[in-house]
Amino acid sequence: MDWNWDFTWNEVLPELLSVLHVTLEATIGAFAFAMVFGLILALGRRSRHRWISWPTYGFVEFFRTTPLLVQLYFIFFVFPDLFGLTLPPLAAGILGLGIHYSTYLSEVYRAGIESVPRGQWEAATALNFSAWQKWRSIILPQAIRPVVPVMGNYLIVLFKETPLLAAISVGELLGTAQSIGSNTFRYLEPITLVGIFFLILSYLASLLVKRLELRLDLNRK
Amino acid sequence: MDVTETDETQQTDGKEPIIKYRNISKSFGDHQVLKEIDFDLYPGERVAIIGPSGSGKTTLARLLMTLEKPSAGTIQVDGRHLWHREVKGKLVPANERHLHEVRGDIGMVFQHFNLFPHMTILRNCTEAPVKVLGLPKKEAVERAKEMLDKVGMLDKVDQYPANLSGGQQQRVAIARALVMRPKVMLFDEPTSALDPETVGEVLNVIKDLARQGDMAMLLITHEMSFAREVADRICFFDDGKILEQGPPSQIFTQPKTERLQEFLKRFHLNGNGFQEVQ
Repeated sequence: MDWNWDFTWNEVLPELLSVLHVTLEATIGAFAFAMVFGLILALGRRSRHRWISWPTYGFVEFFRTTPLLVQLYFIFFVFPDLFGLTLPPLAAGILGLGIHYSTYLSEVYRAGIESVPRGQWEAATALNFSAWQKWRSIILPQAIRPVVPVMGNYLIVLFKETPLLAAISVGELLGTAQSIGSNTFRYLEPITLVGIFFLILSYLASLLVKRLELRLDLNRK
Repeated sequence: MDVTETDETQQTDGKEPIIKYRNISKSFGDHQVLKEIDFDLYPGERVAIIGPSGSGKTTLARLLMTLEKPSAGTIQVDGRHLWHREVKGKLVPANERHLHEVRGDIGMVFQHFNLFPHMTILRNCTEAPVKVLGLPKKEAVERAKEMLDKVGMLDKVDQYPANLSGGQQQRVAIARALVMRPKVMLFDEPTSALDPETVGEVLNVIKDLARQGDMAMLLITHEMSFAREVADRICFFDDGKILEQGPPSQIFTQPKTERLQEFLKRFHLNGNGFQEVQ
């Protein structure tokens, strides 16, 4: 089988580019959701109240230890029957990916929070910061810095998992490539191109994370 | 007015203590670090706490800063209970909001400085006045700069703590606490973590404060000559109790208890004051 440049340039590339935004939306939407919800989970697990910390723990463990694909199917196919809630495919995908990754990120936050020395909490108390101000001004800025590389890594992993959304009929890169393939009986170009897309974007994202990491380095002179 | 008498009773004369510890005990597990302590601190008074390590000195300060909760007893700050609220004439345990209201009168300088590493020196000193006291940014900056000037760190406002020596960091930490204008300042072994060559600069800053301020100071220290020079009263802590207290002249020259005599033997007086004998 030979590589068909004409097919690549005139059919595959334009079509893939036209759905690239779906993959990006899913990635950014799910990651933003995971960043916020992951923090809530991390704080929930630290709660002094057992009726908050235990359910949070159960929630995190459940979503961490069951397959993402099952969760996506559940949200997309079972939610309508169970709760009468029918989500559009992309929204269901963002929710599923977002919840799944929020459980990973909650562990990352937890590690970050635990890395803040006790003296920082004590200094914040001595200056009479309220609990909320303490978290916002003192603890979180220090907790997040050291875990930025790990977070960035999860962003890239999440990005690479977006093809799973094809299973719930989100028209993202891989799903689109597959339908080009089944329509034209040529899979080589579309699937290869999808691989190249992911390669380039993952690489760019990793460069971005590196830069962010350097900018946040506390030992800068 | 009899001059000689006011000298002795200067702090107690007609004034109410700003801090009152009553029957305070603190245990960590089976270990009781404070044993039914009564202790008063008067407005503007400077009290040095000396004693062997593990005698409960630091815990005394940490209870007042609300970093540690007493196992029994009460502490009052300016007539208000710190660890308790009065509800219908009864004392109930304080909640966070109550602690927040009462601890505003207290400031603390830590052994390990605990500056905020992600903020510049200036921001370290303005964050709390802006967020906690609600000062306008401009006023907070003015106050912070005034205090940083006082401790000789005004030229470092844009630096980060990591770029400063230990002594410099501790001076900034003192300024940061001063900006809040506490009525009582706690110094928890402020020079114990410093290189020997930077101890002096920090002690000088504290001495200056003691000379000019009307702020009460509780100094937990192993620097005997410093304690002698700065304090109005010395408390000797041993095994969770105040074993002996009095003016420095009495404590250092006529120690009554055997424990204090023994403790002071580890230090000897030379031209510069006391020095620890290794």
